Amino acid sequence: MSVATQIPFVEYLVLDDGAPHLVANECTACGARFFDRRNACAGCSGTDFRPVIVATEGELRSYTIVAFAAPGVDVPYVAAIVDCGGTSVRGNIVNCPPDPEHVKLGMRVRLTTTSVGTDQAGVEAVNYAFEPA
Amino acid sequence: MSKSDDVWILGISMTKFGKHLDKDTVDLGAEAILAALRDGGVGMKDMGVMAAGCLMGRGSIAQELQKQVGQTGIPAYNVSNACATGATALRTVVMAVKAGEVDMGLAVGVEKLAGAGLLAGGTRAADSDEWTRSGRLGAVAAIDGRIGTETMPGVFAQIGQEYAHKYGGVDFETFARISEKNHSHSTLNPLAAYTKAMSLEQIMNDLMIAYPNTRPMCSANCDGAAAAVVVSGEKLRTMSLEQQRRAVKISASILTTDPWEEACQVLPNINTLTRNAAKQAYEQAGVGPQDLSLVELHDCFATAELVHYDNLMLCEEGGAGDFFRSGATWRDGSTPVNVSGGLQSKGHPIAATGIANIWEVCQHLRDEGGPRQIEGATVGLAHVIGLGSACGIHILEKSALAAA
Repeated sequence: MSVATQIPFVEYLVLDDGAPHLVANECTACGARFFDRRNACAGCSGTDFRPVIVATEGELRSYTIVAFAAPGVDVPYVAAIVDCGGTSVRGNIVNCPPDPEHVKLGMRVRLTTTSVGTDQAGVEAVNYAFEPA
Repeated sequence: MSKSDDVWILGISMTKFGKHLDKDTVDLGAEAILAALRDGGVGMKDMGVMAAGCLMGRGSIAQELQKQVGQTGIPAYNVSNACATGATALRTVVMAVKAGEVDMGLAVGVEKLAGAGLLAGGTRAADSDEWTRSGRLGAVAAIDGRIGTETMPGVFAQIGQEYAHKYGGVDFETFARISEKNHSHSTLNPLAAYTKAMSLEQIMNDLMIAYPNTRPMCSANCDGAAAAVVVSGEKLRTMSLEQQRRAVKISASILTTDPWEEACQVLPNINTLTRNAAKQAYEQAGVGPQDLSLVELHDCFATAELVHYDNLMLCEEGGAGDFFRSGATWRDGSTPVNVSGGLQSKGHPIAATGIANIWEVCQHLRDEGGPRQIEGATVGLAHVIGLGSACGIHILEKSALAAA
């Protein structure tokens, strides 16, 4: 066996503990959830956090279809905000034609994974996205 | 000097917005400063404080400008607050005057952006040869386009779509019609970067940037500067009747940031901080949304203008679509919004924007609006948002002397 050939694109994506899912830092004092490395809570300034698993299904709360982006970014793509059981998550919508006839506000979506590419060491970065449920 | 809650705009100016190939940022800023001083009938030696902003600058624009227009040794504040930089500069001077430290001060914002693509695609860092975690998300490469979008047209498109989802009754055409209004308004503004009317069809069929924002629904990158001279009421009363007649009262000067709410670090929440600023501004000025003769709000994208009708409480909560469709925000409506043409056509030289919108309101309150004058204007509101976020709101009132 070689070393790990896949790594999560971001630290808050978990690939090797059952089905792929996201883990948030939840403030133990007020329940605010964050995906980034924390110094303290933006809601209450508390400094104690616990990891919590974020629901893998949710509702499409907002989206845009980006047609004009920086060089190297494949367009068009659907950028979205998904309400995963009360926790808002930013991500792309995939496995769905990128047009307003197919992407509908309020539609149900679920977490999926996509490949970002393989580096020179042969490691594949795996990202998360959402697809119609 | 004594503490004064009575603060006025004595002089104000904006340069032509657009492409100034033969002028650098210092030329443009100096032009705005000299024009504002002339407009107020005062000089650099009368200024007790200065605040300046240039978001793309080197962080010392105030001193660079002083070296061209007058080094008098006064304190200078170089301020930076994204698109709210101009409003922040003005508010910095207002605070110094209110505190009684000085009786007059100068605020200026300037930017050279013509040809810059930063409000559209921008750039994304190239992937490295080996995946290496960095940043607060521990990402192994740049996230733009891979975890949603970081482009401004895309972020603000989602803000508009979020409103559409929450309240309904708003679609692509609604947003495009807002842009139609602003482009129509711009035909009367000779200082706007773009002054052509555009039909709904032209707008909807133009280049799509980030659905539902097409190119003409996005703010126009351009060059420009704006400057204002602020004076205490006490000092103003010692000045000429003409200066007192043309002075415009700053009835409210508010700056807010966004209080934490669920989702605000996932998609910027430009609503709560604007609503908070509006509440404070109306209270400080002792006026309500129904008293406003005109509003210049931060339409960095057509999708943003719609949500701010609601945030500024110009309409019932959730009713921005119906409010717009009633014609209320056209220049002949009950609450004219962005009669300057707004950022979509007047242009958005970032640090200048938060003073240029106040210049526009002052033109009307002084009855100097020319062909685009809103007749009988007495109270106006100017609003900007800098993503990150900062919200600046100023409420301005016509001088009682001018009304007499």
